[in-house]
Parts: sequence; C-alpha cells; structure tokens
Amino acid sequence: MSYILTLKNLELCRDGKKILRGVNLEIGNQEIHSIIGANGAGKSTLAYTLMGLQGYEKKGGSIIFDGENIAELSITERARKGITLAWQEPARFEGLKVRDYLAIGARGNGGITEEELKDALCKVDLNPEKYLDREVGEALSGGERKRIELASIITMKPRLAILDEPDSGIDVVSLKEIVSLIRALKENGSSVLVITHREEIAAASDKASLMCEGSILRSGDPMEISEFFKSRCIPCDNRVYPLKEN
Amino acid sequence: MARTKLDMISKEEEDMTAAYAAAGGNSEVLHNHEMSSLVVSGNKVLSANGTEGIVLEKKETEHGVDIKMTIKKGYKIPLPVHLCFGLIPKDGIQEIQMDFVAEEDSEVELIAHCTFPNAVKVIHKMDAKMVIGKNASVKYTETHFHGPHGGIQVLPKAYVKIEEGGNYSTNFSLISGRVGFLEFDYSVDAGKDSICEMVTKVYGKADDKIRILEKIALNGENARSVIKSRLAITDDAVSEFRGITEGHAAMARGHVDCMEVIQGNAKAEAVPIVRVDHPLAKVTHEAAIGCVDKKEVETLMARGLDEDDAIDIIVKGMLA
Repeated sequence: MSYILTLKNLELCRDGKKILRGVNLEIGNQEIHSIIGANGAGKSTLAYTLMGLQGYEKKGGSIIFDGENIAELSITERARKGITLAWQEPARFEGLKVRDYLAIGARGNGGITEEELKDALCKVDLNPEKYLDREVGEALSGGERKRIELASIITMKPRLAILDEPDSGIDVVSLKEIVSLIRALKENGSSVLVITHREEIAAASDKASLMCEGSILRSGDPMEISEFFKSRCIPCDNRVYPLKEN
Repeated sequence: MARTKLDMISKEEEDMTAAYAAAGGNSEVLHNHEMSSLVVSGNKVLSANGTEGIVLEKKETEHGVDIKMTIKKGYKIPLPVHLCFGLIPKDGIQEIQMDFVAEEDSEVELIAHCTFPNAVKVIHKMDAKMVIGKNASVKYTETHFHGPHGGIQVLPKAYVKIEEGGNYSTNFSLISGRVGFLEFDYSVDAGKDSICEMVTKVYGKADDKIRILEKIALNGENARSVIKSRLAITDDAVSEFRGITEGHAAMARGHVDCMEVIQGNAKAEAVPIVRVDHPLAKVTHEAAIGCVDKKEVETLMARGLDEDDAIDIIVKGMLA
C-alpha cells in the first residue's frame, strides 16, 4: 500500500513540555483515518503540527508527505502541496463574503465556477441563495461557520484534508451529513485525517488510531479501536491511560 | 428640474469624471438627468443637477463652494444623489461649506466621492451642518480616493441634528491611496426615537496621520446610536480615535465599537468614552488594537495564500 503521509517519531514541545512523544502513523491514499482519544491526548496538536502552524514546529522526527519530508516547509508551502486543515473553531473573517472565502482555496485549481460554489454549500447542507453573499464573520452560529469551513475544504480539493473535530458544534442529526461529506472528499481523491470524539465518524473511517499522552497507542480497525478506547481506558487528570492488556 | 452646466470646463470635467471613476464612482450617473448630482472641482461647480423634491443652491467662493441642499417635506428621493468633490492639480485648497436639511418625512441617500488623484500639497476642508427632520431618513456615504503622494490634508467636520424619529447613517471610507493627514470631526445631537449610525473605515500607510473624533449625544428618549470604526495602519502611520457617546435620556441606547489593526511600526490609540447621566440610559463600548488575527492568517495560508496576501485579504475585508 502506498502512503500519502508517514510520520516517524514526531516530537513537539510547547512551553518546555513534551506534547507529542514520538508519533508514528501512516495514512494511505484516499484513506479516511480517524484519530480518537481523550481531551489532552495531543490530537489537535498533531493536526496543527502537520499543518505547520506557528508555535507547533516539530522538535524531532519527520513528516513525509508523498515521499517528501515537509517538516521544514511553511503553512503555505504545505497547502500548495495539497495539505489543508479545517479548524475546530473556525476563524471569523469580518467583511469577507462566503463566496470569496470558498474561492480562495480553489485558486490553486484555476478558480471556481458559481455552480461549484453552490454545490460546496449544498454538500454541507447550507442554502447557497441564503449564504453565498453573507459574511463569514457575520452573526452566524458556530454550526453555520463550521459548515462553511468544511465547504472551503471541498472547494480546495486537497490531497490530504485534516479535519479537527468536524462534528463539534453540529447537531446529532447533521452527523450523517458530516460522514457523507468525509466520504465525498475521499471519492474526490482526498485522504482525510479526522480528529474526532464521535463513534459514528470513527465508524465511517477506513482506519483509526488511538492517541494517548502524545503518542499513537495503537492503530487498526475503527470499531476495534473505538471499543478499546471505551472499555480499556480510564480518565485521569483529563487524560486517559490504558489499562493493562488482556 | 433645474440644471446648470458651465462652459469652458470640458477638460476639467473630463479629468474629474475620470478621477470620480478612479474613486469607485460610476461616472455615468453624473450625466444621467434622472438623478441628482453635483460635481465640484476646486471652487468650480462643473455640473449640478437637481430632481423633483430637491432644492440645490450653490455659490462659488474664493477657495471652494457653499452648498445648500434641502430635501423637501415628504419627498422620498427614489435614486441616490451623487456628489463629487475634488482637485485635479497637485496643489490647492478646496473648502466646502454644506448646509443640508432633510425636511419632515423625507428620505434620501447621498453618495459622495472625494477624489484627489494627484495631490502633493492639497487641503480639502468640509464644514457641514445637517438637520435630519422629524421622521426623515438620510443615508450618507463618503468615499475618498487620494493619490500615492500623501501630501493632502483632509478635514471633514460636521454637526448633525437628528429630530424626533429621524434616521441618519453615515459611512466614511478612505482606503484607496495615501491618507495624508486626516482629521475627521463629527458631532451629532440625537432626538427622541432617532437612530444614528456612524461608520469610519480608514487604511493608513507610510507616515499618514489619522485623527477621528466622533461624538453622539443621545438627548431624546429612546434615541439609539452606534459608532463603528475600523482602522488599519501600517509602516509608520499613526492613528488616534475618540468615540464619545452620551446617554442623556430614558431608554437611550448607544454603542461605541473600534477595531484597529496595526502592522510595521504603526502606532494606534483608541479611546471610547461613554457618559451617562440618566439612570435609564445605557451606553456600551468595545475597542481592540492589535495585529491581524493569527488564526485568520493561518487559515488563509492553509488554503494556499502566502502570508502577505492573507493579511491583505483580511484587512480589506475588515475595511469593506
């Protein structure tokens, strides 16, 4: 199997504290891969490190994307290679219209048509007539902004989409749409790395990994990983620690 | 309908029309006799066109023009009134004295473009007195376009009185070209049940200096207001903002909202001032000065933009 992303012994420190402790992970082409784990396990930190955000520069290890170590590249350079990130709490962007925001990601693909803009909003269950000319920073609900964030991923057509808790702030009924969206990204050729707490999203993945205390505890079948997480981990100081193996 | 057209100014009119278009105006409206318009270059009235319901008087003075505009009682002007002020030469002075009255139950939208495309040493002063009559509604948009030299002083000053039930909103924008020196000074007395919204958007660069003073006195019961200021400054530009709202009557509600984004060596100061002397009035404020939001920049970079383009889009969005 060919991998679009391979992490080897990835380490990151913040404020003198080790947050990622030697993460090893492989994500296949057009694979949906869920990262699950308790709060504080390092899931979002992993997402930010992969995107190269300021303050999340790795301390050790490598990030191999499509055969190239991208660990020293800027956010822009990574994005232009096809990696993008949907934030758990999207930015507000006062004055920027939804249509302009969605079009930004499509610049690298030669632009976007009106139909494609509308289609992207429909895929996240937003009425294009109502939302295309509104401002991203307008008084939209958290759920609406989240959907717009996901629509911006669709228009970018990335090779690897990193979705940090795409379900947060979105009602349970809409979970099905989020799952459909993740599958649509895969069908359009993207690999998807999803940070999630939701079993429904993990279940829709091809593979899942359990993260604990800054490292990947195990990877494998999503249902098995979910079960292991639920039954064999106990909360402790906002973290989970694995119980002993059978 | 009254229409005046002066001769011997075709070249100047042509230049002003071009400058008006450069400032973002649609120059066709200046020649559309269905719409009211006024074009002033320096102290010359190049064209003036009034439509039914509007009384427009103008008088050329040594350095500018005195204008008296009245929207007659009960008239709701269907199309915006377009105003164009400017100077084509590199240096000069333009003083606009404006006496504006929107009579009871009238309604109008004024769109002004002030354009100084070649300014190296120019002073543009406006001193306006505006009365928004009972239940009248006035929307005033003023967009400036200055050239790249920064040698311009822009000194707009206005006193606005809003009578009972009147509605006045103004949007001042100076984001194209250099600011030069701007001293914006607006003061409003708001009567019972009136509404006032003042928005200023300015983008300062190089050694531009920006001073904004906006004051609203909510004198009448249930008067409501918002002062909203959006300033972006970069390089060595300096800005000072004072937004004052006073609540003097029952159920008066006001809010002052200032956001300034700074880059480079720019320096910004924002002082929202709220004064309330009636127990049933309420005035709130918020002010923020800082660099461009990091998450916004990183989000756009994660969509493939480089950092400078990302910042440019964010600043332009804020000033849009």
